[in-house]
Amino acid sequence: MSKVYPDVPTALEGLNDGDTIMIGGFGMAGQPLELIEGMLDLGLRELTLISNNAGNGDTGLAGLLATGQVRRIICSFPRQHDSWVFDNLYRAGKLELELVPQGNLVARIEAAAAGLGAVYTPVGYGTALAKDKEVRQINGRGHVLEYPLHADFALVKAHIADTYGNLLYRKTARNFGPIMAAAAKTSVVQVTRVVAPGEIDPEVVVTPGIFVQRIVAIGQ
Amino acid sequence: MSWIALSKEEMARRVADDIFHSAYVNLGIGMPTLVANYLDPQRNIMLHSENGVLGMGPTPAFGSEDADLINAGKQPITIIPGAAFFHHGDSFAMMRGGHIDVCVLGAFQVAMNGDLANWSTGDEDAIPAVGGAMDLAVGARNVWVMMLHTTRDGKPKIVRNCDYPLTGLGCVNRVYTDLCVLDVKDDGFWLRDIVQGLELDELQSLTDAPLNINI
Repeated sequence: MSKVYPDVPTALEGLNDGDTIMIGGFGMAGQPLELIEGMLDLGLRELTLISNNAGNGDTGLAGLLATGQVRRIICSFPRQHDSWVFDNLYRAGKLELELVPQGNLVARIEAAAAGLGAVYTPVGYGTALAKDKEVRQINGRGHVLEYPLHADFALVKAHIADTYGNLLYRKTARNFGPIMAAAAKTSVVQVTRVVAPGEIDPEVVVTPGIFVQRIVAIGQ
Repeated sequence: MSWIALSKEEMARRVADDIFHSAYVNLGIGMPTLVANYLDPQRNIMLHSENGVLGMGPTPAFGSEDADLINAGKQPITIIPGAAFFHHGDSFAMMRGGHIDVCVLGAFQVAMNGDLANWSTGDEDAIPAVGGAMDLAVGARNVWVMMLHTTRDGKPKIVRNCDYPLTGLGCVNRVYTDLCVLDVKDDGFWLRDIVQGLELDELQSLTDAPLNINI
């Protein structure tokens, strides 16, 4: 069965109320804009998003937050000079925030991908972001116990896919794509173009196709 | 005697002078970014950005920006020959795992035990954001802070204890301010350098923590 879906709406079939959705990107780089736009009119409720930022301007992730479908966001850096959509929802109490140091966000996503029960990380130890968390001294250094972040879906932007879902990315748009694709139950990847198996050199595959369930070609 | 505080550019040059040959370096958002302008090209220093690049080059010429090629501050960048791209898992392994030789961070406060406060002022109404600051504070081999010596209204930022929320415990090795350079050792701050004309007792009066002097 090919993983290539004909368009965004079919690639997003099966998203449900209450789902947890990872969204790739760092700022605008790697943000899967077309997939996010495909979510705008779904009319879902009580979604949890996992994403490094919480949107810029009024489009993309910010546009999705503005639809009111999202209840909670797990994120490392919501504040931007143009994050007014998030800022207003957060101040109005309409959006819950779990603020996570960026590397702990990464480690928790990777833990889910790798099937680990939890990870001990030195990052955040002794700070407000580790408040009430289990801690342990390992080799004389304080560590915080952090649990994996699982997701129902990951929405990711890559550059080129083959029909098996092997992926190449472009420059710093790679960022969270590979780890989120590996962590979610269903990874939906938008790409510039899809090529035949064998056209991507196996030596340079960044995300192996086993981590990808759905591909949709968006074009340039 | 009179003295003149260093400009931001002079501070950046001072930090850049101390970055050693072949170092892998992460420059924080804000003032530390200026350090890149003064690095000696002969030293083969590799700049890391948390969003997945080693080998950052200068700012691109107007019109040749690439939206897929940005730094941690989301500004367009270029890369140098020998650069590498990687995903966030690898990038934070570099940071957390002790592979970054030097990181230069801005700060609100640094305490005499090396505690760093640079991510939050504790203001309840502020939109929070932490990013990779805690990862760098804990994981880089040398954590250098670059900041003004006092706040805009003259309060010391070099303190006995931080009263802002902490980024990392006992993690700062050195502080570069517009007035001096301080090393953080087991027994507190040690003066390494001071701007010309500034008397030691005057520097101490602008500093909450006691300064050890050996120069």
